[in-house]
Formats: sequence, C-alpha cells, structure tokens
Amino acid sequence: MCGEPLIEVVNLRFRYEDGTAALDGVDFRLSASETVALLGPNGSGKTTFLLHLNGLLQGEGEVRVCGLKVEKQNLAAIRRKVGLLFQDPDEQLFMPSVLEDVAFGPLSAGVPPEEALRRARQALAQVGMAEACDRAPYHLSAGEKRRVALAGVLVAEPEVLILDEPTTYLDPPGQRDLVALLRRLPQAKIIATHDVNLARALAQRAVFFERGRIVSDGPVEELIERFGWDTSAASGS
Amino acid sequence: MHHVVLEQWSRRASRVHALDPRAKLVVTLLLLIAIATSPALGGAQFAAYAGLLAAVVLAAGLPPGGVALRAGIVLPFAGALAVMNWLAGDVARSVAILLKSYLSVFAALVLVGTTPVARLFAGLERLGAPRSLVLVLQFLYRYLFVISEQAQHMRLAAQSRGALERAPRRTRLRAPASAVAVLFARSYRRAEAVYQAMLARGFAGHVEPVAPLRLAGKDLLAAGAASGAILAIRLGL
Amino acid sequence: MHIPDGFLSTPVWAGLGAAGLSAVGLLGRRVQRELAESAVPRLGVMGAFVFAAQMINFPIAAGTSGHLVGSALLTYTLGPAPAALVMSAVLVLQALVFQDGGILALGANVVNMALAAVLVAHLCYRYLERSQLRGAGMFAGGALSVLVAGGLALAELGLSGVRIPPAILGLSLGLLAVNGLIEGALTLAVVRALERLSPGWVRKPEAEARPALGILLIAGLLLVTAGVLVASAAPDSLEWLAEEVGLAERARHLFETPLADYQARFIAWPWLAQATAGLAGLAAAFALSVSLGRLLIRRRRG
Repeated sequence: MCGEPLIEVVNLRFRYEDGTAALDGVDFRLSASETVALLGPNGSGKTTFLLHLNGLLQGEGEVRVCGLKVEKQNLAAIRRKVGLLFQDPDEQLFMPSVLEDVAFGPLSAGVPPEEALRRARQALAQVGMAEACDRAPYHLSAGEKRRVALAGVLVAEPEVLILDEPTTYLDPPGQRDLVALLRRLPQAKIIATHDVNLARALAQRAVFFERGRIVSDGPVEELIERFGWDTSAASGS
Repeated sequence: MHHVVLEQWSRRASRVHALDPRAKLVVTLLLLIAIATSPALGGAQFAAYAGLLAAVVLAAGLPPGGVALRAGIVLPFAGALAVMNWLAGDVARSVAILLKSYLSVFAALVLVGTTPVARLFAGLERLGAPRSLVLVLQFLYRYLFVISEQAQHMRLAAQSRGALERAPRRTRLRAPASAVAVLFARSYRRAEAVYQAMLARGFAGHVEPVAPLRLAGKDLLAAGAASGAILAIRLGL
Repeated sequence: MHIPDGFLSTPVWAGLGAAGLSAVGLLGRRVQRELAESAVPRLGVMGAFVFAAQMINFPIAAGTSGHLVGSALLTYTLGPAPAALVMSAVLVLQALVFQDGGILALGANVVNMALAAVLVAHLCYRYLERSQLRGAGMFAGGALSVLVAGGLALAELGLSGVRIPPAILGLSLGLLAVNGLIEGALTLAVVRALERLSPGWVRKPEAEARPALGILLIAGLLLVTAGVLVASAAPDSLEWLAEEVGLAERARHLFETPLADYQARFIAWPWLAQATAGLAGLAAAFALSVSLGRLLIRRRRG
C-alpha cells in the first residue's frame, strides 16, 4: 500500500533521438482507486507518457510512483507497483506456454517456482483463463491473449494498472467481456484509448493530450463533448 | 501445415508423451547413431529399427500412416542421390541411403510428435545446450508465426496490387527488397517492444525456468530398455 | 542445402558434429557475456525474421523466383558472432521441428550454413569495405556465403563416399553459382532498402588487425572445397597427381599406421573401429572449430 498521490508527474519532458519533442511539460496526478482515460489524437504522446510511468523511458522532470522517484535504484520496486498492459499482446506474451508466461514476473523477482506457479494459476483464474495453462500463446484468440496478458500483469499484484488501447483487436463481445473484467479489478487505472465507450464505461475523469501536453483535464463526458471525440457524433457537430 | 499437425500430435497424452524430454532426446540420438553406423547391407537390422519405431508409434497413439507419409519428406533428395549411386554401380550404398535417411527422419518425427517443442528446448538446455542458444530458440519459435503472418500479409498486399512480372527489371527486384527491409524493420521494432514488455514485468537479466524437469524412475527405465534394444539390434545380439 | 541424416559417413558427421557443437557453445557463451541483455530476444525475433523473409519471393526470370537465404544480411546487421548464433538456431529448429536437415548432420549443416557462410560474408564485406567497394563487398559476401555453404555440403557428401557423377556435380555447381549471384543481388538490394529506411541498421565492420589471416581462411575454404570435389568427381586424376609427386605412399603410411593397430584389435567389431576413427576426426575438428569460433568472436570485439 502507499500514500497519496499514487502517481505524481511534474513538468515531464521527453525528446526522441531525432530531436522532436514527444512530451512537452506534462503535469499529472492520480489518486488511489481512481480511473483516468487518456484521450487525444495519434502521436500526441499518450503511449510515450505511459512508458515513463514505470521507467521504460526516462525524460526530464519528475515522476513519482507511491512516493518513489522513478530512477534506476527504484525501478524493480516501481515495476511491481505499476502493471503495464501493452497494446499488442503478442509483444507481451513471449514465453512458450500461458502458465510460464504469467509466472514470468514472479520468477524474475526471485519467487520460488512452486509459489510463482501457484500465483500464476490464481491470476489466470481471476481473468477466467484457468483452463488455458498449457496452451501456447500463439494458439489463443485475440480476447484470450488480452486476458492472459492481463493475468501476467495482475500476478505481481500491482497498485495501478496502465492499459494502452486495451480493446484493440477485440470484437464487440470481447470488448464487453474485457470491460466487465476491468470493472471488477480494484486497482487504480490509467487507460489510453480512442474507444470513447470504453472511456465512458470505466473512467470518471479524462485528460486530453495534444502535441505532447495535457491540454484539458476533467469529467470524461465533458471532454468527449468539448473535443468532438465521440465517433457517432461526427455528423451532429 | 506440417508443423501444426506435429504440434497437435505432441499434445496428445500417452506414456511416451509423458516421458522426460531428456530421456527421449538421448534415446533418439542413440538410435540415429546406430542407424548411421549400420552396415549398408544390414537389411535385418533396418527392419528391426523399423519395428522398434513402429512399436513406439503405436504406444504413443500416433497415426502410423501419417508418420510414415510425413517421413517421405526426405525421399526426393535421398532418391536422387540413391539413383546416382545405383547408376554408378554402388547398389548397396544406394539402398542404404534410402533406408537410413528415411528411418532417421521417421525417428525425428517420433521425437517431435511426442514432445511439445517447449519441453524439447527445456530438455536441450538441461542436456547442456548453451543457455543463450536455447533462449534464441524459444524467442525464434514464439515469433516465427507472428512474423510469418506479417510476411504473408505483405505478400498478399503486393499480389493484390498486381503481379510484378511485367514491371521493369529494376522495380522487380526493388519492390520485394523493400518488402524484406520493411519486414526487417518491423521485426527489429517488435524485438524492442518485447524487450520493453519483459522489463515492465521485472526481467532481471535471465529467464527463470518454470517447470523443472524431473527424471523419474520410469524415465530411466524406459530409456534403459529402449537403449538396450537399440544396442542389441546394432550389435546383432 | 540441408543435408539429411543417412548420407554422411561416421567420421564426417561425428567430426563436423563436434566442430559445430563446440563452436556454437563458444559463440553462445560469448554472445551472452558480451551483448546487452536486450540482444537475446532480438536475436530470437531476427531468427524468426529469417524464416519469414524466405517466404517473400523475388521474381528472377521467365516465371522462376528465388528467395533470400539471409546469412549475409544478418552478418551485416547483427554482426558476425550473433549472426552465426541466430543461423545456428534457425538450423536447429529446422532439423528438430521441420525435419529440414538431419539431426546427426546438424553439425555439418551448422558448419556450412552458419559458421562458414557467415565468416565468408563477413570477411568479404570487411576487406572490400575498406577499399571503397562497399557494395561489391556486400554482393560478394552474399554470393560467396551461398557458394561456400553449398560447396562444403557437396564436398562433405563426396568425402562420405556418396557418388555424384561429374555431369551432375557440374550442374549442381552451376546452379549453386546462379543461386550465389542471386543471393548477392538480393542481399545488396535489401541492404540498400534498409539504409533508405534507417542507416543505423547496417553495421560498419570494425578495423581489422590481421587481414592476411582472413584472406587465407577464405582461400583455404575454397581450396579445400574444390580439392574434395575434384577428388570425389574424378578420383583417378588426384591419385595420378599424388603418385607423380610420391605423396600417395607417404599419405597411405601416415593414415594407415596409427589406425591399423586399433583395427587389428577391434577386428571383431568393425563399426567400433569406425567410431574410433570418428573420435580421432572429432578431436581434430574440435581444434579447428575452436580457432574458427575465436576468429568470429574477435571480429565482434575488434
């Protein structure tokens, strides 16, 4: 457990190697059990921002998770607190079998194999994939891959879940199942998405990214309205 | 597809499937060596090896016809060389080439058809294969289908835009060359994303093996019995 | 050209097996020690890329098409030692899972297509790069990598006593030469395309301390291959040559004396004698492979 705020970002700046600014002074706070949607056009810096929250990228400015500054000596602890779900589950599921993949995190953290496997089974049960232990990741459907990837994140019992476009590749029933599953999880969540229905279903608050900055922060519905972000509202505006 | 069928076979349940992969690897190697060193005109020996393999196929519940057919994969090449040696007057060698190559592929198929690839790799590692080679193999096998699928899509896209046959010579080479280059770039980026996902989940420099292989009494017994049979055939006891 | 099991004689597969095994062991340990930890997943994914790239067809002429083999391309992008490890992994997977190439013949296939091919590609690139002939170096590297790998495979078959009529051998070599030229052209075309995408992917070879050694190695590989091929295609001509210079007698002495004793002792079990001969070849090949591996690795550290 950790105190407030769960995540605090102050004046974060990041440039790519070619010099283009990806993040241009981002300030952000997340409190415990809060769910925030990250909206904004492609290339506005959402994913880059997410990668800073567990130190996969490190820019100028300050990022704190549970009061810990994101820097080299804290990375292991921070990566256990921050569970990051990547957009493409094929990139996240790299072990030969589902069970081994989910057990990857605890095993890397030095948990003994028996215990790591027990936790992995538990996490798979949590996402409704307990039957899939021995299957190979490339035999799973898109929805199953997403669930297994989520189990691989949940197994570390993170304080906050970070989801990058979690509904990509999912058919509508798959999207509904995922929303229902995410709703049951008690963790605070940050969700980068173009899917306004997902944002509405899960988040109360949203922030809007544009050219590497947060240009607006407020209730989800209000932001969707203000930026004309509703896919079905295009004809109305 | 060839490997899909093999993989389905490898996931069946039988006493042969349940054996430790190390026992199967060592026995297969012994059998291959026995076949390779058998005299060219040892007809009875070859029949005995075939009988042994057939017994294993039946015990493992693999379709005998399917294995026999698939082992024919080697026949075009072996047949061509066999004909050459026949014509050169070396009839014994020509027959031996056909029999030895066919039986060897058959043995390899029995090994792969009764052992899931991931367990095969784990067995290789425990038998002393370098760790980095085994890791490369694991990642190679994991992403083989993902990247092949990308290549397929690119091929279809190229075809749907018209055949290159009529294009000027320069374009004919350049278009597929850029396709390969793009595939390279995508693979490279994917590798980086995979590595990031590993870091996000606490990768600490090496992948811990999950399901420790255990050589039980029955593995040693089966390996001993099979080795005994092979040696008895080879030494003509 | 993947050699299946059942073709190579015991000394050949055992010797090359030991060579391949020890070289890969050496490469594996060095790669693990010297590359960043991010390299391991990358090497695996790039191995998958080699498989997939072979699915992309290049129209060659009159309805025929070819595809990239990839050892030269990997050498220019990953560096020689990692490229050799990746190609070895590709061959292991092909032998185990796809029955493409034998399991006992794996050593031979690794020596031909992973070690020799990568080494030759690397050396060509390195020497010609320095003399402002970068493109030519890459082309030659691609072409020779296929030629040397195929030539070695033919030579190993010949050494094993498989008879290949001179006409067929000539045809095979001709096809090999064409394939080599195609591989050279494709390698160059893909490298150019890659450089248009991002120049950082194609490595510049490190400065060479002892260029003569590399040239000797290429020459040696080509000579040995050619020699064995000639020997297997037309044994009479070589015998004649040996007799002319009085080599045959001496050679027979050299080879028969030490083994004859063993053969006498093991006469009841001739295959044991064969195995002993295999072990002797194995020891010799081990020394060769260690030096080969060392050479590849020094390239990396340069």
